[in-house]
Amino acid sequence: MSLELRQIIKKEGPETHIYSTSLTLKTGVFNVLLGPTLAGKTTLMRLMAGLEQPTSGEIWFNGNNVTGMAVQKRNVAMVYQQFINYPNLDVFQNIASPLKLQKITKADITQRVNEVASLLGLNTMLKRMTQELSGGQQQRVALARALVKQADLILLDEPLANLDYKLREELREELPKLFSGSNTTVIYATTEPTEALLLGGYTATLHEGSITQYGPTHEVYRQPDNIQSAIEFSDPPLNIINIRKQADTLVAQDSSWTSDNGLAQIKDGDYALAFRPHHLQIKADSTSSLGLDFKGQVELAEINGSETLLHMQVDGKRWVSQLHGVHKFEEGEQISLTVDTRNCFVFDSSGQPVR
Amino acid sequence: MKSPRWLVPTLYIIFLMLPIYWLINMSFKTTNEILGTFTLWPQEFTLENYRKIFTDPTWYNGYINSILYVVMNTVISVSVALPAAYAFSRYKFMGDKHLFFWLLTNRMAPPAVFALPFFQFYSAVGLFDTHIAVALAHCLFNIPLAVWILEGFMSGVPKELDETAYIDGYSFWRFFVRIFIPTITAGIGVAAFFCFMFSWVELLLAKTLTSVAAKPIAATMTRTASTSGYELGLLAAAGTLTIIPGAFVIYFVRNYIAKGFALGRV
Repeated sequence: MSLELRQIIKKEGPETHIYSTSLTLKTGVFNVLLGPTLAGKTTLMRLMAGLEQPTSGEIWFNGNNVTGMAVQKRNVAMVYQQFINYPNLDVFQNIASPLKLQKITKADITQRVNEVASLLGLNTMLKRMTQELSGGQQQRVALARALVKQADLILLDEPLANLDYKLREELREELPKLFSGSNTTVIYATTEPTEALLLGGYTATLHEGSITQYGPTHEVYRQPDNIQSAIEFSDPPLNIINIRKQADTLVAQDSSWTSDNGLAQIKDGDYALAFRPHHLQIKADSTSSLGLDFKGQVELAEINGSETLLHMQVDGKRWVSQLHGVHKFEEGEQISLTVDTRNCFVFDSSGQPVR
Repeated sequence: MKSPRWLVPTLYIIFLMLPIYWLINMSFKTTNEILGTFTLWPQEFTLENYRKIFTDPTWYNGYINSILYVVMNTVISVSVALPAAYAFSRYKFMGDKHLFFWLLTNRMAPPAVFALPFFQFYSAVGLFDTHIAVALAHCLFNIPLAVWILEGFMSGVPKELDETAYIDGYSFWRFFVRIFIPTITAGIGVAAFFCFMFSWVELLLAKTLTSVAAKPIAATMTRTASTSGYELGLLAAAGTLTIIPGAFVIYFVRNYIAKGFALGRV
């Protein structure tokens, strides 16, 4: 009982949208597709749904080859980023529409629609037209329509992206509960790493039309298989510095260190050292070093309530540090920073992790 | 200096309505009064002109003929334009933009260009002086117009709606009839209105392609003189009656037309 992509390739004219992708998705958990805009999340979902056909490769579902099968014949449901409902039908009819096309008795339809509607808090507005509802309610109707069908595969394409902050949090909390316990394969596309972490389950990171990693969300977050996964799964963006290890020294463009502190065992050569912004801390005095120290020049300090996002130039690269509390910095100020090497990812020149 | 806010619109409406008032005014006068004196309202109020139109078959048949071919044309134009507009709004194909523009160029051609070939052609196939002949001839102008208007309205509907319907299990036709057409009723109303109006006021082709059996009211009205001399009162009454269907239709689609303007079509 699963969805399996076998060497899927999707080309549109001269452009390749999806490079050869093989993936077997877990059933009964939340599968998150994480990647920036234009990474191919929507294309991949449309291929899974059967709205588009792959240029080559096969899609298998529950042990059957469903490549080329008409979308009407597949038992799938999809929710889009825009709030898509039938404008000429009221809420009840909207939710009931996938059931009406199956051979289900009227009483059963009414019962199932009412169940799903109360689950999503729509039971008081079943007789209203969808355009009269707020954005959040409209998206709830779309979710209800996907839920009521009891489809084997449910595709959610950035369903919360057009909602305001409060509603997004509220629905994000509900979503995993709505689908838990069922035997459906749920796929959720998002651009936000935080959202993937909050939803839990499994995550596939997507980069320029290729899946870079698939696994339990926290594993992907903590042990990226390659530098692309690490970059995608970091918000604020990952800090990266190119270093060269020679004997017992590490050399970067502007600075160098002795390579004790945990980096001693790697072979000589060129590496990319990467770590997340909350690991990069201000070095208060010479005794508070965590391992690797840097000198930086402040570009901008963004304060969002209880945190300060400090943007700076280090070694010719733009870095970000996520600091607790409110700190004031002047533009162009010189600062000392430090990071613990245990919190660093080390990638070799081909982007593979070294440890 | 504070000029009243209502002054300019009031003047505008007065000037706009003046000819229409004059037409209605004349329709209640006798021809003698119209030709003899200048009066702001009928001195000898008469309904004789209207009575003549409603009792004389040469007059009222003109209305029946016009309405027949106009309705035929509107139904044909809109039902043919619906699938065409859907194709233009949803699919990309080779030369789609050129084809769309070419359709519109038909709308730009002067009807006089087509009058003679149409006359010859319709006569040859035995359609001369039939309602369907005029209805088909007007399609040349009305189908491109309807496609253009409907395409605008259809492109305003996200294609994800189509896909959601397919995912829910709708077949194409079921979706098109049950979901899509009800979604764009405003557009269909606007398209039908413009087809109706164009066909209703078009004179040249309608007159060329008919003689007796399908003679439109506009052609009847060009007959200004009869055995009893000029009948200006009668013509005024006929003109007044010609305005009514348009006014009636525009009343129903007035909100939709505003929507059409907002979409940049119409």
